[in-house]
Amino acid sequence: MPEAMLAWQSAAAIVDAVSSGRSSAVAVIEATLTRIDASAARLNAFTAVTRERALAKARAIDAARARGAPCGQLAGVPFAVKNLYDVAGLATLAGSKINRRLPPATADSPLITRLEAADAVLVGALNMGEYAYDFTGENAHYGASRNPHDPAHMTGGSSGGCGGAVAGDLVPLALGSDTNGSIRVPSSFCGLFGLKPTYGRLSRARSFPFAASFDHLGPLARSARDLALAYDAMQGHDTADPVSAARQIEPVLPCLDLATRGLRLAVAGGYFRRGASAEAIGAVARVAAALGATAEIEIPQAARARAAAYVITAAESASLHLPRLRGEAHEFDPAVRDRLIAGAMLPAPYVMAAQKFRRWYREQVLRLFQSIDAILAPATPFTAPRIGQQRVRLDGVEVPLRPNIGIFTQPISFIGLPVVVVPVPLAPLPIGVQIITAPWREDVALRIAHRLEQDGVALAPRPAL
Amino acid sequence: MSDETDRALESLIAAAAELLALPIEPAWRPAIEANLKATLQLAATVVEFELADDLEPAPVFNA
Repeated sequence: MPEAMLAWQSAAAIVDAVSSGRSSAVAVIEATLTRIDASAARLNAFTAVTRERALAKARAIDAARARGAPCGQLAGVPFAVKNLYDVAGLATLAGSKINRRLPPATADSPLITRLEAADAVLVGALNMGEYAYDFTGENAHYGASRNPHDPAHMTGGSSGGCGGAVAGDLVPLALGSDTNGSIRVPSSFCGLFGLKPTYGRLSRARSFPFAASFDHLGPLARSARDLALAYDAMQGHDTADPVSAARQIEPVLPCLDLATRGLRLAVAGGYFRRGASAEAIGAVARVAAALGATAEIEIPQAARARAAAYVITAAESASLHLPRLRGEAHEFDPAVRDRLIAGAMLPAPYVMAAQKFRRWYREQVLRLFQSIDAILAPATPFTAPRIGQQRVRLDGVEVPLRPNIGIFTQPISFIGLPVVVVPVPLAPLPIGVQIITAPWREDVALRIAHRLEQDGVALAPRPAL
Repeated sequence: MSDETDRALESLIAAAAELLALPIEPAWRPAIEANLKATLQLAATVVEFELADDLEPAPVFNA
């Protein structure tokens, strides 16, 4: 297949081309590596390219097919991972300078292993905000990830390289992490589909933590089907992750095309409207109208939930990094260092109060799901700000930009609910809408996302490169 | 927050830095103070919310 034909291909289309023999896996990977090389200066998405490993894997896939062996369900699909995933042979940077001194990882993250067992091909590691304490995609050590729709704008973070690599057509699939919104924010700013699964659904083993009681891993892609393909391949209990749920694999792909009619949907009002720009409110309205969702609900005490998530994140991340703050404080991004030091000084009763509130809030929100199947809410309050921007106007008041990017994502990950972000292709920059469901109902969120895509309401826009 | 609270915050940072053995440079203090102040303000909104004594904290979410 000519190289041009391999551009902007979905993972599903690549699987079809490689499995049918219309393209070799080697051709797919060579074209991918060429695009990655060409994009380096413009997007700054990759921090390592695993060229030889990727070509060896591609050659093995082609050889197996030539022998008549069946192709895996992700045959030939190139993917990359946020550089907090362990990749055998690479130091797990987690966006930091300090971690360069770590010995190379001796094994891959199990999510990488599972994707490669399905014949996907790892092509490299991606830029991110330092130690994931970031919503912008900026990085003091490696430079900012740049938004393919306008490189002067943020990708969002902390999975910034994931956003840039997938929206910039370097790979159709990337794996990120989401503690307070780090998959959902780049999905919104870069115009992508992103899945933050239920807390405990996907193994976090051999990934660098941030705030352990909120840390999730998950995929970003340019279609709901590609999310489902990757998600199905990565499911399964893993004893190496202490919070991995002992659940059977629940494949989503077979039910992706089921009708969404009859699902009980509601738009999140109150808190989720107050800080939102006209673009964010308009995107939710467009999605709601397409789905016939007319009901509006209030998620109780969402502002407090966001506050409690902020407090717990500050305390847990400070505890994680205390030894490095003592011995290597100068090696941090100064903005991250100052947040971490402040977190170390939080009185313990405040942190425990936040954990106690978390229990109350979880009970209230789970009650909502007795009469609702999915809640629609903006993913970010606004479209991608410019790189370096420090302040933003919300509700007519100028506030610091950085801590306010995640105001709509934090109250959701706070209790581990599954979310799919769908991109709404506004011009000049896209914005995302969260589809939030009850625990373990990723299938419902992905079905709705797929429906919206089929109807042309949700779309990952192709940047004018 | 009042000037008195700001002074208390400065004292807290100085004492905590010593107790936690955190080497803080003077130039870092304004940003640390701003971060801690913002986090404490958010924490205050959580603490003021009345909850039952027997409500268990949820350090790990179980769906």
